Amino acid sequence: MSATLETFDVAAIRDDFPILKQQVHGKKLVFLDSAASAQKPRAVIDAMCHVMEAQYANVHRGLHYMSEKTSDAFEAVRDKVAGFINAASREEIIFTRNATESINLVAYTWGRTALKPGDAVAVSEMEHHANLVPWQMLRDAHGTELRIVKITDSGEIDFDSLEQVFADGKVKLLAITQMSNVLGTYTPVERLAKFAHEHGAKILIDGCQAIVHRAIDVQAIDADFFAFSGHKLYGPTGIGVLYAKREILEEMPPFMGGGEMIASVSYEKTTFAKPPFRFEAGTPAIIETIGLGAAIDYVNAIGFEAIAAHERALTEHALATLGTLEGVNILGQAQDRGGVISFTMRGAHAHDIATLLDRQGIAVRAGHHCAEPLMGRLGVTSTARASFALYTTTEEIDALAHGMQRIRQIFA
Amino acid sequence: MSHPYQALIVERHKHPLHAGKPAHFDAQGQGENPICGDAVHVYVSRKGMDVYYETEGCAIMNASADLMADAVAGKTPEQVEQLHHDFEKLVTTGEENPDLGELNALAGLAAYSSRIRCATLPWSALAEALHHV
Ligand SMILES: Cc1ncc(COP(=O)(O)O)c(C=O)c1O
Repeated sequence: MSATLETFDVAAIRDDFPILKQQVHGKKLVFLDSAASAQKPRAVIDAMCHVMEAQYANVHRGLHYMSEKTSDAFEAVRDKVAGFINAASREEIIFTRNATESINLVAYTWGRTALKPGDAVAVSEMEHHANLVPWQMLRDAHGTELRIVKITDSGEIDFDSLEQVFADGKVKLLAITQMSNVLGTYTPVERLAKFAHEHGAKILIDGCQAIVHRAIDVQAIDADFFAFSGHKLYGPTGIGVLYAKREILEEMPPFMGGGEMIASVSYEKTTFAKPPFRFEAGTPAIIETIGLGAAIDYVNAIGFEAIAAHERALTEHALATLGTLEGVNILGQAQDRGGVISFTMRGAHAHDIATLLDRQGIAVRAGHHCAEPLMGRLGVTSTARASFALYTTTEEIDALAHGMQRIRQIFA
Repeated sequence: MSHPYQALIVERHKHPLHAGKPAHFDAQGQGENPICGDAVHVYVSRKGMDVYYETEGCAIMNASADLMADAVAGKTPEQVEQLHHDFEKLVTTGEENPDLGELNALAGLAAYSSRIRCATLPWSALAEALHHV
């Protein structure tokens, strides 16, 4: 059952997240750091405890009751993830540790076979290091080129720069975020995919942030690769996903070698399993995968329509209240932006802001947010960042604004 | 545990007594924290252990650099080394030390392990400078 905006009850949702009742320095916890990692609902915690208490064994190998039950529960999550992002088939879903591993998997396997030295990979100026460093490592190991697509001053993809980067036909992969973890900007992924394909390139989408806030349809986007982490989506750490089109996966060599990923092994020759197992060497994160399944069920039950409406209201409220505070500067003004807001304050370093807010029970992130080149582009060394989730309230944003006013008084 | 932003810290951040590059100095040292981009440059005149500095970073680092310059004035390099040692102990344990005077204002940092380096960075830079004297 999907919630509508009318039935969206943030108080009831907060009751689902045990940690939100915690106090910090004797103050109510105001958790505004969900973009780094989200808190977990009771349903996820219970699902993971249940596996360990009642239904646990290794998967895909035991011919006994517990192993079969656990394998079924584990593989059911693959179907769930496929449905969640509307993949054409379950074989297109590969379980990894996190989005970072998903992107590295593509760089190591597809990158070293489908790309030839001299081919180029293009990324944007607002990538997380997770979608930059693997392509630099590929450049240095394999002789590919790395090109940077600029962003505009408002923090959106600069399509003139995109045209220039693709002009000589050497770019074979556009690796780009769907939502900036610093600026909150959504990128127009359908348009970018169309552009990449028209220029003979594939597209890899870093969906880490976007997947938490919007319904994803990898077929409608026409994504070749799509990566995300479970822990930002109210699921546990240790489980991530790589989606890739079946025909691409069929051609990709394995990532790591070991159990699970083989068809047959002898000393002379090993044949590899078909996707997705070819890319899942060793015992997977069974408990975490089942936790991710519970997180997807949780989000689906509320529905992205209601989540997006709630978060849009929060973002507008935050931009209005923080944006008018004396001395506070919000970075980026993208038309299409979500609940991630980076800001600086005149006279106060981001780390001072974070520590002083923490004294008031308010958790924000401060630093370069794993996007150092973007900091350079924005002309700052660090920012403070508040990010919102489905359990965030307007009162919490008001608490942040109030906290910022107090900091202003200290440093003015 | 005391508040990490005592009035003295904010005061020295806003109105430092030893900020800026002096016309003459005998040695210099630098400290950088790649995690947050904080950077400090320390200039020492051997005579009187006269310390000035330039910083790019947070209030904790700025105030720590300023209070350090006060604390080491007139001391020998060996005494500075002892102060450095005692200061590291102060900000990691949170236990105030009467020998450290106003530096005790930074004791509250012990509760913020990620911020301790902000306060110790100027001391590392000074140690580097004294190495070259
Ligand atoms: C946009 C973006 N990409 C990639 C990542 C990396 O995620 P993980 O550390 O879970 O692999 C993050 C998380 O911080 C992110 O925000």
